[in-house]
Amino acid sequence: MPDITLIEHDGTEHGFEAPDGVTVMQAATGFGVPGILADCGGQAICGTCHVIVADAWISRLAPPQSAEDALLDTVGVARQDGSRLACQIRLHPDLQGLSMHLPERQQ
Amino acid sequence: MEPILIIGGGHAAAQLCASLVEAGVGAQLHLVCAEASLPYQRPPLSKAYLKNPAEALQPHRGDAWYAQAGITVHLSDPAVAIDRAAKTVRLQSGITLAYGHLVLATGARARRPAGWPAGLANVAVLRDATDADQCRALLAGATSLTVLGGGFIGLEVAGTARALGLAVQVIEVAPRLLGRSVSAELSDHVLASHRAAGIDVLLNATLGEIEHDGTRLLALQVNGQRQPVERLLLGIGAEPEVGLAEAAGLAIDNGIVVDATMRSSDPAILAIGDVARFPASPLWAPAGTTLRLESVQNANDQARAAALTIQGQSPVYAALPWFWSEQGAMRLQMAGLMPAPDRPDVTRHRRPGATDASFSILHYVGDRLVCVESVNAPMDHVMSRKLLEAGKHPAPAVACDPAVALKSLLA
Repeated sequence: MPDITLIEHDGTEHGFEAPDGVTVMQAATGFGVPGILADCGGQAICGTCHVIVADAWISRLAPPQSAEDALLDTVGVARQDGSRLACQIRLHPDLQGLSMHLPERQQ
Repeated sequence: MEPILIIGGGHAAAQLCASLVEAGVGAQLHLVCAEASLPYQRPPLSKAYLKNPAEALQPHRGDAWYAQAGITVHLSDPAVAIDRAAKTVRLQSGITLAYGHLVLATGARARRPAGWPAGLANVAVLRDATDADQCRALLAGATSLTVLGGGFIGLEVAGTARALGLAVQVIEVAPRLLGRSVSAELSDHVLASHRAAGIDVLLNATLGEIEHDGTRLLALQVNGQRQPVERLLLGIGAEPEVGLAEAAGLAIDNGIVVDATMRSSDPAILAIGDVARFPASPLWAPAGTTLRLESVQNANDQARAAALTIQGQSPVYAALPWFWSEQGAMRLQMAGLMPAPDRPDVTRHRRPGATDASFSILHYVGDRLVCVESVNAPMDHVMSRKLLEAGKHPAPAVACDPAVALKSLLA
């Protein structure tokens, strides 16, 4: 049950203990964190759950597979080093302390 | 502070709750669900949920969110009658709820063939979680699956079942798969892809009497031959759930008729999602067209429009329709509405992708781009949506040139 932090574009922080085994998208939308649209419900189809993972965490996540990689080139704000789709990051205890920013917009 | 009553538990109801909570009126909301669970994601039900028996239902939001928002949630308690004069709704439990605004997001139910008995143990449909659990049971321990209907649900489940190692047959009475929804070229590709995966697809099928013993379907008559059936999925379309609305005297036309603000023939009652027949925006279809769209996008965007109407605004629903379907190794995506195939000025053009399994078909009416179908080409799809929304109409030769990035045509 890792503690994770999502920081909105205006600086508002949302820190909470997320369940194991769900994706960041599911945890965030389940807790009502604004700024993630997740139009396709987490199927790596729409690219509207874009998050920017903090530098220290980038290499600690399994790299994006091809569908996610393609979608990251289509997201609403320019792709950055830490850009990921929240629906493709599955949570587990080793991600204790995972921190991410939300982009200014999803589309 | 008049109550806002939402009847339904699907994507439209979930998004409407979210939009109204964002607008600050959560405490006025009552959500009335016939099902036992909070609204949950439907697309996984034909795919991950069936592939992996340990996969859980994914609620859009948890209990805590609804509680914190002040939403009163009624589960396993369907609405049974609307009293429009009194502006109340009676639930199955006997509870009567008053409303200032009522939103019907009742969705659609799976169509069943006339004359088939209810409760055949080896026959399933797929609309909701209960159905999905039944489909799981259907696939467990089965060696074969017969899918009746070559539409999106049938083909998604066929793809999933095949991936699980079952022998799969799809029986379709029309000349091609997805005949109501995609171009002939895309139908052909989908057919080839499913056949390459080892799925037996029968088109132009003629169905006769079924054979059953009261509890199990035993065989079908297909093209005059008796065909035994082990397990069967029915994917022959859906009927909008208009019962409540019809009994209350609202205008019905293969769906609850609404205007561009999502209001029904009673201004205090709105309808959204799979159940709603709405005026198509002239941006996407010929003037005067009405549509009933069964898609996640339509459910979400109509919910957003309804939220504005409830807050006293007058939105004109004009969201670009888009859709996706995952079948076996294919990710199909569609942006815009297919023009009627018999229109004389329709042309179709292929934009190649990196492989034969990746491409898009661009549909033009005259020189206007109106619809793009994509297979395993997510960038094409996302950029096509942006082009359509921006009202850009690049010449087909340019748009289909793989050396030209669709993104560059947005400028």
